[in-house]
Formats: sequence, C-alpha cells, structure tokens
Amino acid sequence: MKRLLILSLLLWVCVVFYVGIYLFVGGFLLVRLEVNRTSTCGDVLHPGEEQGDFCHVKPRFRRAVLLIIDALKIDFARFDPTNATPRHYENKLPVLEETASSRPSHSRLYPFRADPPTTTMQRIKGFTTGSLPTFIDVGNNFASSAILEDNLIHQLGQIGKRVVFMGDDTWESLFPKKFYRSLPFPSFNVKDLHTVDDGILQHLYPTMVSDDWDVLVAHFLGVDHCGHRFGPDHPAMADKLTQMDGVIRSVIERLENDTLLVVMGDHGMTDTGDHGGESQKETDAAIFLYSPSPLFPKLPFQSEPDVVPQTDLVPTLALLLGVPIPYSSVGQVLLPLFPPHGQTEGAVGGLSQLEALWINAKQVNRFLKTYSGMAKDIPAESLSKLQDVFSRVSSDYLSTVGKGQTPSPELAASLQAYLTSVRDTCRATWARFSPLKMAAGLAILAFACLLCFILSELSCVLIRENVLRAPVVAALSVGVCVAAGQLFTQGYIEVAWCLAAAALSSELLFLWRAHRVRTSVVAGNGSKAPKRANWLTLRHLLVPPLLVSLLRCASLLSDSYVIAEGRVVTFLVFSLSLYIPIHLNWDGLLLPPSHDPLKPAGLLPSPALSPSAVRKESSTLVACLGLLVGSLYLSLSFHGCREEQGTCQPSPFLSPLSRLQDNKLKNLHYVLSLASLGLWTYLLRRWLRHYGNLNSSGGTVFTARVILPLLSVCLGLHWAVSATPEDSFRNLADLISLAQLALPRAAFCLLGLGLLLIWLDPLTVFVKTRTVAPARGSSLPPPRYRASTGISPQAELHHLIPQIYQRMRRSLEDGELSGGAELDSRPAVEAYGLGTVYSAPLLLFCGLLGIGLLLLHPEGMALSFLLLLLQTGALLHIHASSTALNSLHGAHSGGFDVPWTPVVLWSLAATQFFHATGHLPTFPSIQWNAAFVGFPGGHTGTILPASLVTLNTFASHILFAAGCPLLLFWPLVCEVRGSRGVRAVGEDGEDAVMEMRLRENPQQFSSALLQLSTRYLFILGAQVFASVCAAAILRRHLMVWKVFAPKLMFEASGFLVSCVFLLIGVTLVSRVDMAVGRWFKRLLPDESR
Amino acid sequence: MWDHEIKAMASSHALIASSLFLATVVPAVLVQGFSVYGTHLLWLYSVSGTVSLVNISVFWLLGVSPPTKKHSLGYKLSRLFRSCIYFLLSCLFYHTVVVLYGAPLIESALETFSLAVLLTSLTTLRCLCVLGPNVQAWIRVFSRHGAMSVWDTSLQITVACTVVGAWVGAFPIPLDWDRPWQVWPVSCSLGSVIGFLTGLVAAPAWIHYHRKQLTYKCK
Ligand SMILES: [Zn+2]
Ligand SMILES: [Zn+2]
Repeated sequence: MKRLLILSLLLWVCVVFYVGIYLFVGGFLLVRLEVNRTSTCGDVLHPGEEQGDFCHVKPRFRRAVLLIIDALKIDFARFDPTNATPRHYENKLPVLEETASSRPSHSRLYPFRADPPTTTMQRIKGFTTGSLPTFIDVGNNFASSAILEDNLIHQLGQIGKRVVFMGDDTWESLFPKKFYRSLPFPSFNVKDLHTVDDGILQHLYPTMVSDDWDVLVAHFLGVDHCGHRFGPDHPAMADKLTQMDGVIRSVIERLENDTLLVVMGDHGMTDTGDHGGESQKETDAAIFLYSPSPLFPKLPFQSEPDVVPQTDLVPTLALLLGVPIPYSSVGQVLLPLFPPHGQTEGAVGGLSQLEALWINAKQVNRFLKTYSGMAKDIPAESLSKLQDVFSRVSSDYLSTVGKGQTPSPELAASLQAYLTSVRDTCRATWARFSPLKMAAGLAILAFACLLCFILSELSCVLIRENVLRAPVVAALSVGVCVAAGQLFTQGYIEVAWCLAAAALSSELLFLWRAHRVRTSVVAGNGSKAPKRANWLTLRHLLVPPLLVSLLRCASLLSDSYVIAEGRVVTFLVFSLSLYIPIHLNWDGLLLPPSHDPLKPAGLLPSPALSPSAVRKESSTLVACLGLLVGSLYLSLSFHGCREEQGTCQPSPFLSPLSRLQDNKLKNLHYVLSLASLGLWTYLLRRWLRHYGNLNSSGGTVFTARVILPLLSVCLGLHWAVSATPEDSFRNLADLISLAQLALPRAAFCLLGLGLLLIWLDPLTVFVKTRTVAPARGSSLPPPRYRASTGISPQAELHHLIPQIYQRMRRSLEDGELSGGAELDSRPAVEAYGLGTVYSAPLLLFCGLLGIGLLLLHPEGMALSFLLLLLQTGALLHIHASSTALNSLHGAHSGGFDVPWTPVVLWSLAATQFFHATGHLPTFPSIQWNAAFVGFPGGHTGTILPASLVTLNTFASHILFAAGCPLLLFWPLVCEVRGSRGVRAVGEDGEDAVMEMRLRENPQQFSSALLQLSTRYLFILGAQVFASVCAAAILRRHLMVWKVFAPKLMFEASGFLVSCVFLLIGVTLVSRVDMAVGRWFKRLLPDESR
Repeated sequence: MWDHEIKAMASSHALIASSLFLATVVPAVLVQGFSVYGTHLLWLYSVSGTVSLVNISVFWLLGVSPPTKKHSLGYKLSRLFRSCIYFLLSCLFYHTVVVLYGAPLIESALETFSLAVLLTSLTTLRCLCVLGPNVQAWIRVFSRHGAMSVWDTSLQITVACTVVGAWVGAFPIPLDWDRPWQVWPVSCSLGSVIGFLTGLVAAPAWIHYHRKQLTYKCK
C-alpha cells in the first residue's frame, strides 16, 4: 500500500482547495478590527482651552430630527420641472427642491454616497459610527448584532440627550436599550409596504409636538420594500414617494428654531430595486438638511461639495449637537454647515469651520494611531505619510492659533486634504471588493474540483505513476518566482498572489500530466480503450447520485433553499436512498430470479447465485432502509430555527437541562439522553465483540474495554451535575462546582488517552497458537467458549480466521512446497479479529470522538447522536448489501471501488446531522456554551475556546469525514454473511478472509482508498464551489449578508474541518496497515523457526 | 401486430388524457367557484375519480388484464375485494412516504391523503388493471427485463413519469414566492398529473421508436 503517496496527494488537494478559498474570501469578505474605545467629553481636542470640556459649550442645535427613508435614491429626491413625462419615481418629492430653492440659507440637498456593502444594517452601522463597516467587524459579538463600537447614539445618551426611535426594528437589535423611547416595527417581510411606515406616522407627530425628546430618529422602510417588490418604476413607488413628500412637509411645519432636520436615504437601488453592491445606482442616496433658523452662509459658499460621503454625517451631527465625535469615525465635517472663521460670535453659536476641522482631524489621527497599533492591514508607508502630513498641519495650526493670527485658507484646505486622504486609505483597505482575487479564487476552486474528479476516476492508473512530484515542484518554483518578481518590482510581497500562482500552476501541470497518462494507458491496452476513453461523457456524469449532488449544489444558489437547507438535505438523502433498491430492482438484482424453464441452462447467471442468499441480502437492505428512513424522519425534530423561518419552533432538546423548569420533564430528558449514551457505548462494544476484536490486550482493546465505558460514565455524571438546580443542594455547592470542573476535564483526558492508545497500538488481533495441529479448519471441534475473552460461539464460528496465516505464508513462500504434510506438523494459528483489523480501530476512534463531541453539546443532543450512529450503520449496511447483491449476481467486477451513491449519501448525511444537532449556518446560532464545558470560569486565550466551538459546530462533519474509510471496509466486513448461504463457512478459507483481501491486493487497496477520499473531497469541494459562486453572483441580493455570506463561511470552514479529519482518518488507516505489516513479519520468522 | 397494439395504446391514452381535461373543465362549468388552486381537493377527487373510471373501463374493454384461470363468480369477487384492499393499502403507503418526505404529520393530513389517493389512482390502479392484485408481479415489472408486453412497458413509463413528476413538484414549495400553487399539496399534485400526461404521450412514442429493440418473453 502506497501510504505516503496517498496521504501526500490528499494533502496537496486539500491545500489547493484552501488556497482557492483563502483567495476568494480575501477578496469578498472585507474584514476590519473594531476599536472598542469611546470618546469622552474630557478628551482634550481643543488647543486653546486645555482644561475645557467641550460638552459644556453651547451647541449650535439643541435638537435634531433624523428621517431615514430607506433606499431614498438621489434620483427620487431631485425635481426637474421641465420633465413633462416623469417616470413613476421622478418628481415625486417636490418639497425638497421647493424648500432648497426658496430658502437657500436654510436648506440643501446633496447626493449622499454610501460605501459598500450597501445593505441596511451595514449602513446604519456606518452612519452612526462614522466608520466603514465591513461584513465581519472582528471583535463584534457574533451572538448578537449589537454595535459595540463607539457611536452617535451612545454619545448622545452619554451626554443625557433623550433619543427617541421609531421604525425599522434593525435599530433595536443594533442599539439594545440605548434609546430613551423606542417603537420598533417588524422589518422582515419585504412584501409588506406599510406596517413600518404607518406605525411611525401614528407616533411621529404626537412625539414631535410633545417636548419629551432631544433627538428623534424615524426609519421608514416602505420605499425600500416597494423597490424590492415592484422595482422603482412602478405606480406603487409613486404612491410611496408622494406619501413621504407629505411626511416631510408636515415635519417641516412642526419644526422649532433650535432643531435640525436631516432627511436621508441609507443607500440607493438598482433599476430592479436591489442593493448591496457598489454600483453608483446603489451607493448614491440623497441627504436633505433643513433648519428653521439660518443654517448656511448667505453667499454661495466657496467649496460646495458635489457629493457628501456617508461617513461625514457623524462628525457633522456630533459637533452640531455638541457631543464628542465617536472614536472610530473617519468622516470629515461638512464645512458649509459651520460658519467661517471670525463669524462665530453672531447669533449662531457653536464652532467655526477651522475649529471643527481641527477637532475632527485630531480625533481621526487618534483613531488611526490606535487602529494601526492593533491591526496591520493598513499599509505601513501610507500610515507614515499620513502621520507626516498631520504633524505638519498641526504645528501650522498651533502656531497660527497660538499667535492669535487669522488663519490662512490654505490651513483649512490642508486639514481637509488630510481628512480626505485618511478616509480614502481606510476605504481602500476595508470597503472594496477585489474582483480579481475573487475570480482567481473561483478559478482555483473550479480546477480543484475537476482535479478531484479526475483523480477519483483514474485513481488506479494515477497511483502507479509518480504524478505528484512535478506539480509540487512547479508550485514551489512558480511561487518563489512570483514572490521574487514582486519583491523586485514592488518592493514587497503579496502572499495571496504567490499562493494563487503556485496553486494554479500545479493544478494545470497535474491536469496535463493526467491527460498524458490517460492517453498512454488508452494507447497501451487497445481493447480497454473505448471503456476508458469516454469516462467524461455526459451520460457518465448524469447518473442519479451525481444529479442529486448537483441539485444540492444548485440549492445553495437560492436563499429560500439555504434557509430550508436542513429539510432540503433530508429530502435529498431520502430520495437517493430510495433510489438504491429501485435501481437494484431495475437491474433485476433485488429479487431472486424466477426459474425459467425456457431458458437454456447454460445462460443462467453465475453459479454463486442462490435464492436464499439473495433474499437474505434484500431483506437486510430493506430493513436497513427502514431504519435509515426512520432516523431521517426523527432527525427532523432536532432542528433549530432561523429568524427567517417565521412560525418555526426550535427543538425542545436544544435547551440545556439546567434551563428546564418542569422537574418531571427534566428527569425524562435526562433518562432519554442517558439511555442513548448507553446504547451508543453498548452498540460499539457489541460490534467489536461480535467480530472478536476484544480479545487481545493491546492499547485499542484497553480503550474499548475500559476507557469507552469510563468516558460515558463521566459524561452521564457531568450531565447530572450540570443539571442540578443551584439552590437545591446548598451544602454540596462546593462539591458540585468541583464536579463541574473535574468531570468534563476528566472526560477530555480520557478521550485524549483513548485516541492516543488507538494511535499507538491500533491492532486488535488476538493470536492463539495451538499445539494440536488441525487437519482442516472446519473439521476441528469448535473451540471452547471462554467468557473472559468475550467470544461468543457464533463469533468463533464465523470470525476466526485460521487459514489466514497459512495463506499468507504460502503466498510469501511462493507456495511450491506441497502443503499437506507441512501443515500438519506445524501449529496452526488462529487470529481473532483479523477480519476487521482495519475497521475496528477506525470505528472505535469515531465512537470515542463522538462521545467527546457530545460532551460539547446540550444533553438532549444525545438522542440525535444516537440517530447518527444508527443512520450511519444503516447506510453502511445498505452499501454492503447492495455491493453483495451486485457481486452475488456476478455483476461486480472485483476491486474495492466505492460507487458514487454511498459517498454522496455520506456527505449529505454530514450536512443533515449538522442541522439535526441543532446547528444552523448563521452566526447567532453558534453554540457558545461549548467553550465553557470544563472551563466554567472562562478562558484566558482564544485558541482553546475557538477550537472547542469549532468542534461543537462541525461535529457531524468531523464524524463523517473521519469515518469515511469505513465505506471501503464495510462490504468486506459483511462479506461472510453474504456468502454463507452458498458455501459453509470454514469449508474453504477464502470465505472468511474479510478485510485481509485488502492486505492481499495492496495496489487495489491504495487506489480504492484514494478514490474514496477524492470522491468525498470532490462532493464537499463542489458544495464549497457552489456557495462561493452563490456569494459571487448574488453580491447584490437582499439576503447576501444574511444568508449567502454566512453560508459561505460555514461551508468553507466545514470543508476545512472535514479535510483535516478525512486526512486523520486515512492516516489512521495507513497506520493500521503499517502495524498489520509488522505483525505479519513478526509472526513469520517466529513460526518458521 | 405491433402497429395494432401501439394504435390501441395511443387511442386509449388519448382517451384517458381527454378525460383528465374533462375532469378539470366540466366541474369548472358546473360548480360555482371551482378552480384548480382554490378548491384544490375537489379538483383532486374529480381527477382521480375520472382517471380511475376511465382506466378501469378502457382496460376492461381492451381485455389487457391477465387471464384468470377460474371464471367462478366467487373468485372474481375475491379478486375485486383484494384489489380494493390493495388500493387502500397503496393509499396508506403513499401517505406514509409523503409524510416521511417531510409533509406535515397532523395538520393538513386530509390534503396529504388526497394526494396519496391521486397518486394511487394514477399509478397503482394501472398496475391493478394490467397485472391484477399481485405485488410480486408489480415488483418484477419494474426491472429492465421485466416487461412482458407493450402494456407493461407503458406501465413502466407512466408510473415513473408520475412519481418523478410528484417528486419534482415538491421543489417549488420552499421558495418564498407566495404563489397559490406553492401551497401544499398543489404543486405536487400538479406535478404528478403533468408527469402522468407526459407518460401517456411518451409511452406509445417511445415504444414506437424502439419497436425494433423490444422483445418480450412469453408469459
Ligand atoms: Zn436600506
Ligand atoms: Zn432593501
């Protein structure tokens, strides 16, 4: 067996996938660190009054009204009187233009440019923090969407302003408990145009008239929802905009002199009414500023901005209302709103332009310093350039103000220039998709999938050649070349592009080599040529299992299907498993053929055919199908709920026991969980014992005998302790808290020890040497039953493999010696458990791992884990039975190839149980409690809790990936049962060889193992590719940041974890293979002495 | 011989298909407020009743059903009785399968059962007509070499089309389009009826184009 080659090939494939994912995610998911500092009134930002507290300076405005009209595009707000035939969305807001032209010193209308991603939540974050929120703001608490960064609402609350909010309930989740009064309305239903708006209108005017507020925020959603539902050019949009026109008019009527009105859109919309991307139609919203008291300088201001960036709202509002600018704001004050220098003494009050700019620049500089100390994503050279500019400008300013001179206009201009360049630097880092990187990632992933497919189809040919060396060498050399080139031309290295070049070159080289190998093979054996040549035809690809896999991939492109993913996957598993018996029946393999007297006897199928065996296999298959379907159906009741699923109730098993109030229910849940845990352990041990793997005294057997039961006892006790109500056993509180700490830790230790023992000594073979020589295996009196070794008579009968040794020896010694006499004089060897020597350690490994992962889940999930075990067993048996039925009829060609159907089922089951263990591909649904199992006091680092949460989230991916090689072993394990009807067991040694067949055909074993793993990787990789495509294609979709981007992240991380554990599983198999080889070697000289 | 049988099949299929259309159109004229979505159950029953009746009469007139050995009234009655039992069992079977596929268990159980009745009258009833109440024969027919006459082949094609149609009909249900035909079980029953119609058209066509390859064993 070519262990190293297989492992390195798999590793290489995984690395190529990783590089593709890394590149795409790097271009698509913009990441930014959150600075969790807040500005305070005490911040010394003024140069003159060092002790001054600028919150106490009388602000320009006492109150403000913010009317946010979602998706108010600038085209909606403009008014063109010459337009005789306005479209439905044109000229419907005349109030803005009327006011702006009739009272130019009171009002202005500007285009208001948003930064991508132009989705409502990110935009609200943007114009309250003044920053450039990305999809992932690291440091954000994933469990809730509340904004932890410094923001305007927080600052207003700090200073004692009463903020009243009404409208889109996104605000309520972003600013929980921050409002003086809040009237949220449900925003989820896009088809509902009126609930939010009507709700606001009910309360808006009464609130304005009353004196119970300082800042009023009203967020209307009707226009946005109208766009999503009908598009902008629709009569409904005209109605909606006319309604908004009326609202603005009535608000303006009710304004008082000390109040500022801001009407704005958070983003625009495309011609189809969508938003989220970065086209100008989506980014350009409108902002309208108005105050009953004069707001702008009389004469036209010298530098009227063409477009107002959205970040600029925060510093402007903050300084106009007299609060500190939020810490992470990178915006720039809107200069026309501040009086020029020297005019502040008038009636207006507040800061002058230069003062405002100076405060702003100082705050931005402080933020930049803090941020660059935390993260390294802003290039160092631009940082130092900015720093230089700031120190120059600040010395200029200080000297000018210190001398009391009138500042030159250049000073204001250079302050502005500094602020603009900071914002541009930040935007370049945080708010720009990189289409080139995304495309490169997509290409690498597509090639990686193709490569996996080719590798799986041609595994038996490719494994003979040394296909890996050239691609790896090419990758290394190209990577180094690109790095050197970058260093030479740019002066620094961009790792992503070096990796991309390396991965692409190695993929292409591999594909070319595979093509050459294939053609040479085709040329080599002419007769097989047609069979091999057309393996990539459409007919070959459109088999039902691959079709199901394709459907699953296609379902990732629709938000509804992603939301209903758990049910969709269950549906597909059910369909594909029903396909197995139907397909067998179609081939006439399910039922024993009726005897046909007309048919000549010579045409009867292979002699191995026996009706009873066929009937037995078929009934096993049907029974297992029933078990599979049952567990599929039951697994549906363990699903959690996404917020998009309106009427869904999460499974009652998902809440931990300690939260259950009803004592009876609690006990019932506990007993159920305990029973499933016990059954899990029992079934594992029962299987091992049945195949005689519990007889020797090695490490694995010790694990199965001692550690496995101990581990489950630990887990059961841990559940009991953690479910005890804290107040019921006061006097035992110390003991309980100790147990809460000690039990899970003991379980972790046991788990580690068990896994280590399996790794160190994976053999479960018990050799019994007998001095009495047997003439033939079957003529022996059955060995006596020995309870201590745990062998049942049935196991002895079926699973002793007495002839193995002789067969091996014969094949080793070229079998020239005449056997009979020699055999008689030598002691025969019986090996218990040799038939399942590969699968037993792997199964035990997965079983132990399963209990360990169960430890990280809520107690109720034990039932789901039991279902997982049952379903896995059913799947394996169905696979084994269908293989046996195929081979019984002589239809099977030999070799150990695992067909696509079970592999696809296996991978779908992984996703199914991801959902059936209460997980969902959304961030709020991550089970953070897992991080505190065994560490109730919290952690100091981040690696340990992160890995615990990862293990919890991807538990089913881990189990299925590690157990993947079982698909290869199971038909061999079940082989004895299948052929017993034909020949009596033991009559011929060949019947009981089981997994030793693999040992006899190392070449086929290697190619089958490689094929199985690459097939599994192909299916997982295709899913990742599909979700990457979904994210790339649907960048503009309403749901991209809510559905597709989280799905992409979960799919990608699931893939990474699966890869790692698939490699671990394959490594364990090769470790066993090595141990078996050594065992035979040790046996051989021993016996020939 | 071939042409004759194919012609008979085509005309009988045309008859069944037109009866399906009649079952949709006639109630729409006669019953107030009848529509495929609005009064879906009514449409379901009208379609399944009509299809059953037409199927039975067509196959009885054509004499396709397997020759019975005995002609006694008692034997015929027991066959009829067994057929009824099989019909019911098949309804229950389809109901179970549909529920396992994810249909709601308790609420809208009536709708689910109606779908099961429709599926039974589109598939099992044809099996009953062609093969008689003999499950072994049904299972055998659905294998590559299991068909023993053109009617068996047409049975294979129509049943497969109907079941696949119902399966495909489940796909639009999770989509958030809020269309009236997405309501359970409208899309599935529509899918199965459309699949059945496709099968009715496809079966004679397929047999016609593959008549050279088709060889049937004698019974
Ligand atoms: Zn919005
Ligand atoms: Zn929107």
